[in-house]
Amino acid sequence: MPAALIAEQLLNGLQFGLMLFLLAAGLTLVFGIMDMINLAHGSLYMIGAYIAASVIQASGSFLAGIAIAVAGTALIGVLLELSILRPLYRRSHLSQVLATFALILIANEVVRMIWGSAPIMLNTPAGLSGPVEIAGFRYPAYRLVVIVAGLAMAVFLYLLVAKTKVGMWVRAGASDRDMADVMGVNTKWLFTGVFALGAALCAVAGALLGPLLAVQVGMGENILILAFVVIVIGGIGSIRGALVGALLVGLVDTAGRTFLPLLFKQVLPQTFAAETGPAVAAVLIYVLMAAVLFFKPTGLFPARG
Amino acid sequence: MNKLIAALLLSAVIVTPVQAADRIKVGFMSTLSGPGAALGIDMRDAFNLAVKLNGGRLGGLPAEVSVVDDQQNPDVGRQTVERFTKRDRVDVITGMVFSNVLLPVMPAILESDTVYLSTNTGPEDYAGAKCNKNFFAVAWQNEDIPGAMGEVMNQRNLKNVYLIAPNYPGGRETLNGFKRFYKGKIADEVYTRMGQLDYAAEIATMRAAKPDAVFFFLPGGMGINFVKQYAAAGANKDAPLYTPGFSADEDTIKAVGEPMVGILNSSQWTLDLDNAANKKFVAEFQKEYQRLPTMYASQAYDVALLLDAAVKQVAGKVEDKDAFRKALREVKFDSTRGAFRFNKNQFPIQDYYLREVYKDSSGRITNKTVGRIFSQHQDVHAAKCTM
Repeated sequence: MPAALIAEQLLNGLQFGLMLFLLAAGLTLVFGIMDMINLAHGSLYMIGAYIAASVIQASGSFLAGIAIAVAGTALIGVLLELSILRPLYRRSHLSQVLATFALILIANEVVRMIWGSAPIMLNTPAGLSGPVEIAGFRYPAYRLVVIVAGLAMAVFLYLLVAKTKVGMWVRAGASDRDMADVMGVNTKWLFTGVFALGAALCAVAGALLGPLLAVQVGMGENILILAFVVIVIGGIGSIRGALVGALLVGLVDTAGRTFLPLLFKQVLPQTFAAETGPAVAAVLIYVLMAAVLFFKPTGLFPARG
Repeated sequence: MNKLIAALLLSAVIVTPVQAADRIKVGFMSTLSGPGAALGIDMRDAFNLAVKLNGGRLGGLPAEVSVVDDQQNPDVGRQTVERFTKRDRVDVITGMVFSNVLLPVMPAILESDTVYLSTNTGPEDYAGAKCNKNFFAVAWQNEDIPGAMGEVMNQRNLKNVYLIAPNYPGGRETLNGFKRFYKGKIADEVYTRMGQLDYAAEIATMRAAKPDAVFFFLPGGMGINFVKQYAAAGANKDAPLYTPGFSADEDTIKAVGEPMVGILNSSQWTLDLDNAANKKFVAEFQKEYQRLPTMYASQAYDVALLLDAAVKQVAGKVEDKDAFRKALREVKFDSTRGAFRFNKNQFPIQDYYLREVYKDSSGRITNKTVGRIFSQHQDVHAAKCTM
């Protein structure tokens, strides 16, 4: 196994994991603090990606795309929280799941009406479309930028949650909502703020991943499942848990896709191994989740207790 | 009064089938959303164009084309086929792109004794022993185009080739077709999830295997992302890409741009093919839609031409199924790809060409014909068909 391959796959896993973290961070805060299961979180990711794609195509500026997508999606998040989600907080999880599932269907149809059903294939910004040479191997420049941006967001979130007063309220809300309320934290506006932050993080992920994947209807659902796996592994309500969980899922998924087929080929016939290797690799992260739940039922870094 | 209305409605229902021959009903089910959407949209547009150029008629009958999106989802496909065969009672079904939709819905179409004209996929299931009188593959058998590319790679002396395709019947058949002709060593063979969009892990593994070349079959958005990411990783400097025409046509070229230049690919049709039908098709398609047609578009256009000629031959009597099928099998029409005829399994016998993506003098990136790979080629499964 060449070292360059391992290094490159580590970077790939890191890049995938950091993008998952951006989604999972918002999801885990909403779930942890508001006790709200928001299935429509993936729809915010989709909306962010579409806004970014439209702005990038119209203006040609990638940064403008990200900025407007973040602002626009945060605004949509706030409106959504005030109008539809707020009355749902005290309802059962089943009502929340039903209502936010309906939001997914509505969001998909609205996007289809506005942008059409054909996917938008974005290109990476011209200066970043090639590879860069690092330590003896070539790596796509754009993916490096995504990694740096993801790390920067992670540091920003860490400082926000661990070092600021707002962050203290958020942590208080996550560990005991009623007590935080009694102690004078305005949880109503805290919830709206957290929801807007979650939506903004979705938009960042959507805008950054747009050129690597495709901007299309239904893109949120697939990644939402992974985001849920991440927060279950990390412990619901914990930003640190979301980061560790996301990096674990990213690395395990990439490692599985790389090394399982190679391993299978040692013991199984070529064509059979070629078909089953990736299939088993796809299951690997769920095995990881099951293993974590077996040993730590509340996740790696539970926010409560 | 209500009874009278009810009676009128009832009589209308009873009378309708008798009048069916005054028009031809086509059920056009294709993939119009998701990563494969560009393929279905090109087919739909080309089919509609052929009907329009024909004055809204096929074989002299007014054509009623019902277009439905299968979303590349077999369940949606099943419901649509149910509607086509039981409620609309269409004369012909056509338009599907992907074999993972076609294979699950085909039994219902064939059982209803409805003719299916395949605008794209030609799975081996219906090419060999299970060939069917109602199944016409107008495009190709799934092994034909990749097989031609295998032959090209032999000629170019490539000895160590890495293969990648999505894990679905069309993907496996494509690599089988390639391996049937390619004689060198296979560095590795990888099947990825259908609809996968991020190939970072696969590309890194591919590069570490150090092949002479990479043969990829990733239709639609999958291929667009693969080529972009392959170029972004700088891997094309080490091992050039080769592909069946599907991933090197206008839809991919438009989305990917510069990194496509130089990619060799195979197809039964090329943009610059020198025949009258093709010249008219390319010119009219450009005029109507302001873009260049793909091989998918040419295939759907040819289906419409075939249908037109066959309906004309039976003088519009499509309800006589045996005569209609015989006409479809034997009728001569000027296809956009030149010489075309059906084999006994109702799959094509035709030529296959080598194309190269290049930048023309005006800076436009498109395909040009480099040469002919197979002449009057027939698929290997036909021998097992006893029709």
